[in-house]
Formats: sequence, structure tokens, C-alpha cells
Amino acid sequence: MAKPDFEIPELKLDTEVPALKEGTMAHSSPFIAKPEHQEPLGFPGELVEDWHDRAIGKMGDLLGKYRGLQVYLDSCVKCGSCTDKCHYFLGTSDPKNMPVGRQDLLRKVYRRYFTFAGKYFPWLVGAEDLTRETLDEWYSYYHQCSQCRRCSVFCPYGIDTAEISMAAREILDDVGMGQKYCNEIIAKVFRIGNNLGLPEPALADTLEGLEEDVLEDDGVDVKYPLDVKGADILLVTPSADFFAEPHVDGLIGYGKVFHEAGLSWTLSSHASEAANFGMFIGSYENMRNVSMRIREAALDLGVKRIVFGECGHAWRVAYSFLNTLAGPFDFLDPKYPVPQHILEVTHDLIQRDAIKLDPSANDDMILTFHDSCNVARATRMGPKPGGQFTIPREVIKASVNRFVDMAPETIHDSTYCCGGGGGLLTDDLMELRVKGAVPRMDALKRVIEEDGVTHMAAICAICKSQFTKVLPYYGMGMDMIVSVHQLVSNAIVLGAKK
Amino acid sequence: MTFLFATLFYISLGVLIVGVALKIRQYWKTPAPLKIPTMPAPTTQAGVVFRMAREVILFESLFRSTKWTWMFGWMFHFGLLLAFVRHLRYVMSPDFILWPLINNWLVQFAGQYASLMILFGLLGLLARRIFVDRVRYISAPSDYLMLILLLVITVSGIMMSFVTPIDIVSLKAFMMDLITLDSGHELPVSVPLVIHLGLVALLALIFPFSKLLHAPGLFFSPSRNQVDNPRERRHISDWAKKLES
Ligand code: SF4
Ligand code: SF4
Repeated sequence: MAKPDFEIPELKLDTEVPALKEGTMAHSSPFIAKPEHQEPLGFPGELVEDWHDRAIGKMGDLLGKYRGLQVYLDSCVKCGSCTDKCHYFLGTSDPKNMPVGRQDLLRKVYRRYFTFAGKYFPWLVGAEDLTRETLDEWYSYYHQCSQCRRCSVFCPYGIDTAEISMAAREILDDVGMGQKYCNEIIAKVFRIGNNLGLPEPALADTLEGLEEDVLEDDGVDVKYPLDVKGADILLVTPSADFFAEPHVDGLIGYGKVFHEAGLSWTLSSHASEAANFGMFIGSYENMRNVSMRIREAALDLGVKRIVFGECGHAWRVAYSFLNTLAGPFDFLDPKYPVPQHILEVTHDLIQRDAIKLDPSANDDMILTFHDSCNVARATRMGPKPGGQFTIPREVIKASVNRFVDMAPETIHDSTYCCGGGGGLLTDDLMELRVKGAVPRMDALKRVIEEDGVTHMAAICAICKSQFTKVLPYYGMGMDMIVSVHQLVSNAIVLGAKK
Repeated sequence: MTFLFATLFYISLGVLIVGVALKIRQYWKTPAPLKIPTMPAPTTQAGVVFRMAREVILFESLFRSTKWTWMFGWMFHFGLLLAFVRHLRYVMSPDFILWPLINNWLVQFAGQYASLMILFGLLGLLARRIFVDRVRYISAPSDYLMLILLLVITVSGIMMSFVTPIDIVSLKAFMMDLITLDSGHELPVSVPLVIHLGLVALLALIFPFSKLLHAPGLFFSPSRNQVDNPRERRHISDWAKKLES
């Protein structure tokens, strides 16, 4: 951990709502995309001459395409209900990080150019011209939103700042001010198949290594197949699962579950990425292009089911959008939902007693669970609303003996983002990531002190990476974070069902 | 005066109806290309109706969020509903079938005292806007003016109800003329009445151009009105479909 050039917030056991401090995060901006990151996505390489007209034109275009955007920009009554709900505001005190403060950056321009009141009485309704400074302000503050939707839960009209951030980022991309981190990654997916740029031979190598590790540790020949035609299940998982810690322990767990249940499965090198950063930049086209790779892989390999590994926004794109973007999936087995989450699969196997778990294998830990924002507020698991909260917990509880939930206002659909979601998981935003983690760190600290919690389980590649990086800033160990399927992996009794 | 007010009423009512209708048409026609309900969301259409009803009647999300704003906001809106129902007496003929429903002791009494509820709610909302730093930061002049406008309407109404009663019979005759496109009855002369009616007309005029659009907006908010069934039913908009060919 490098020595930070910003002050690390002090943790409280209950997150306090800070007094406003204007401009504290005005300096925070991620690196701008270079032409080679922009062009493969169909965006101009650098800021275009006519950025003003083009931005307004794009805004009009999006208003006509997205009902949500139009309704959200019109409907806010400035009730203030969302103002203390964003982790970035709670961690930075910057009023432009209050959800409505963030929305207003776009709304003031919308009002100026698209509404009667803003055209003729701008001073009355806070409407403002679009200037070069506005673009910079958008770039800064729309990259301080992790699109976690917590604000939407508490808004009386469900106004979702995530949608507004996505629109703003799309406008910025369209005038040539893209974000390097996201756009470089999307281009990599188009070129190679995953965010990390791991080509097929590297993947094959890694998976072979995993097989050797499991054989050595457990004495069982668990397979981690790649590009196997005719397998029943295509597993699509975030590429961080191939080597990052603790992600890879989750992947090892998925393999053990499939092995023990006798399910035939494969990974694909063409669709070796569950993540879809097209969502973060609000680009339907790019999100669709990334998703189509999964359809292509499923058709090419001739699988019957698609299952997703542990990842938050990926599960959102998969659960809520995949059928829209890359469907219909009528060529798959209609007995199973398309797609399924690995936790739905494991949960079902546990329910049917098709795998055996020995929770005492995890007796060296006391667990808590971090609900990922996208899973909690933008998806479901299982047949019933709220399954996204119960299913992961039931799987954890079947795998460990000691489990404690964090404070109720910080879990389920009130969960706080890890601080690194929405395309912000990059080193050039470290200050934002550390400060945005405050509410989750506060809640975690409380269960550590009061209940002796030793580990926090997560089901999202971004959460896992973010926490691993940020925990040390708060004096906690990076190895506190575990994958849910890592717990399953430890507890599963291989060979019990043969 | 009578002529002026009659004209003002027709214009503002026209603007209100046409303006809101155009907005609703815009919302209706704009596609929602992706499934984005805030989860957990209902899995059936009936469930969505129930969710929406809880939002409209109880302000459920606001209740979960901040109890003070909820209390003031709910008192204001519910009071407004009661007062509105009471006012129907002024524009309804006693022969009309619903007349006994409106012209009874309970509705009139509740409607009259609802004005105090409205006043209390509005003052609370104004206080929050002024004294809570976060809410002050997000407030534009129009946000204060809207509250002040509503306050003046409320106070002028309370004046007529509790302090200086006006000539209700003439007022009703005037209103019935407006409805039946008749003339002959003069608007009674009263300062609170002129203020009250003038500002109500102003409110109707600005409705389609202001944040009062939150009323129709709520019903079109995809985060609240969508069914959670993306895996079961393919949801695709027309413009997105074009990308497939
Ligand atoms: S979506 Fe999340 S990060 Fe963005 S403004 Fe809302 S609460 Fe903050
Ligand atoms: S809660 Fe909704 S209506 Fe209230 S200020 Fe926030 S975005 Fe606007």
C-alpha cells in the first residue's frame, strides 16, 4: 500500500451524515481515454470541435430513447430524501456527491435546452448553459457514482441516479471524453474475449494449474474444462476469477460443485468474461456487442444451460438484460431459467441433498456477508423476490457454523456499495474508493468488535478486488475477504455422493 | 373582474389539461428499452399495481427514507385531497348524483380542518428547505416560490373558512356559470377570494412546466412500474430491435 496523499477517514460504528463541504472532490477525475481506447467502441478519439452541439444533440437523442431518463429529469421535487443515501457523499461531504446534487449537474443543462421554464426563466429553476467547464464537472462527478442504485430505493419516485450517470457518460463518450479504464477494457473484450486480455493458451494453462492444485490439496481429479463442445453447462465468470485472490478460490469452488453433482460443464475462451463494462458507460450497443459473445459461445459449444459465476454488475446484465440484448435463448433447455446464477445451482443442489457440506471445515472463521449493490437492487435469484438476499445467506450458512449479519440499514436492498463499482475500480480513483468505502467499513467494524467477525464473504469480482485493496487503509487485513464459493469449496465433501 | 377571472380560468385549465396530456403522451411514447425495476420488485402486473398504490397512497419509499419529510409531505398531500373533495361543492349542481357524497357534514368538516393539516405540512417542508443544509443546497428559487405559492393559497383559504366568510352563494353561481358556459352572475368581491382563485389559476398554469410533473412522472417511473420477469419474457424496444438486423 503506497502512502496516500489524502486523509483517511476515521471509522465510526454508525455512519454519520456529514455537514456539507463544497468542492472537496472536485479534483477527482479518472484518466481520459486515448484515441486507441475510444475508436474500437465507435467513439471519437478526442474532444470534437462541435462538442457543444453534439452533446446537446446526444442528450436529445437519449431523452427520446430512454423513458427513465426523461421522467427522472422532470420529476425530482428536491425533497432531499436521497441526499444522505450515497456512500460517496457520506465519505467525502461533497454536496455534488449527493444523488440529487449529481443529477442536477445534468438536469440544469436539460432544463436550459429542453424545457420552457429553463429556456425563458433559467435563474428561476437553476438552469445553466452547457460550457466547457460543465463537461469537466460531468466528467469528474459522473465518475464518482458507482451506479449502485441506493438512492433510487429511497426516492419517492424511484429516480435512479445510475441511469443519469450512464446517460452522462454516454454523452461524454460521444463528444470524445471517454474514461480510459472502462473503454480500454471493453476494447480488450472485443479483441481477446475478456477484461484482462488473457488469450486462450493462458486460460488453458491457468485452468490446468487449478486442476493440479485441487488434486494435490484434496486428492480428487476435479476438471476445469475449456471450450468443450457438447458440454451441458456454459459457465461464464468474471475473468478475475482466473487468478485474482480470493476470486480464484471461488472458481475452484464452482468446479468442485459441478464435479460433485456430476454436471457436465465448460468455460469458453470466446466468452471468457462475465463482466460487461458496456453497462457502466451507458452504451446499449457496446453492452450488446459484449453480450453477443455469450450467445455465440453457447451456440458454438452447443450447451443446454448458461450459468454465471460470482459478479455483481455481470449478474445484472445477465439477469435483467441478457435476454433483451442477446436473446431469445430458445435453443437452450427450457427447464432452466436463462441464465442461472451459480448460487442458484449450488443452493438447489444443497436443497436436494445432492452435495454434502461439512461446515466445520470453516470453523476458523466467523462470517458476515456483503450484499453487492447490483445483485441486491437490480436482480433476483430464485423464484421469489428477495431470493438475492436469502439464497447467498443460505449457501453460506450451509458452509459455515458461525454467521452474523451487519446492521439492517446496511444490508439487503439498503446495502452500501463497496466503493469501487460502476467502472471506478481503477488506481487513478484511489481516494474516492477509500472514502466511498466508509459506510461499509463502519458496519464491518461494528460486527468485528461486537461479534468477533473475522471474514466478510462477497459475491462480486469488483467488491472482492475493491475490499482487498481498501481494507488495509483502515487497518484491516486484505485476506478478510472471501468468495462465497470459497466457503463452499472448503466445506464440500468430495466423493460423498458417489 | 368577473370577465377577467372567467378568462383566466378557461386559459389555465386549458393549459393544464393540454400540457399534462402532452407530457403523458411523451412519457408513453418514449420506450424503456431495458428492465430496470428497483429490486426486489413484484413478479406480476398485479404486484406492480399494489407497489404503485403503496407509493401513491402511503409514500412508502419516502417513509423508509426520512420520517420528517414523510410526515410533512404526507400531511400536505392528504390534506390537499380532503380539501379538494370539499371544494367540489362549489362546482357541483345539487341535482348531481354524487352531491350527497360531497355535501355532508363529515366531508365538509374534514375538508375544512384539512386546511390546517396542509398549512402545517407546508410549513414543515419549508422549514426543512431552509434549515437542513443538504436540502438548502439543492433548492432553486422556484422550489421556495412553489411552497410560498401553496402557502398563500392555503392561508387565503383558511381566512375565508375561519375568519371572514365570503358570499358562498354568489361564488357558486359564478362557478356554475363557468361550467355551463353561462354568464350573468358576478364574482363576489373579496380580497382573500381574489388571491385564492388567482393563485390557483397560476398553479394550474405552471403545472405542466414545473416539478409538479412528479405526479404523472411517478406512474411512468420504470424503477417502480416494471414487472420483474426478464428471464421469462423477452423485453425489447423498437429502436433496439433495429440493431438486430
Ligand atoms: S447510484 Fe449509488 S453511487 Fe450513484 S448517486 Fe446513487 S447512491 Fe450514489
Ligand atoms: S429523493 Fe428523488 S425527488 Fe427527492 S431530491 Fe432525491 S431525486 Fe429528487
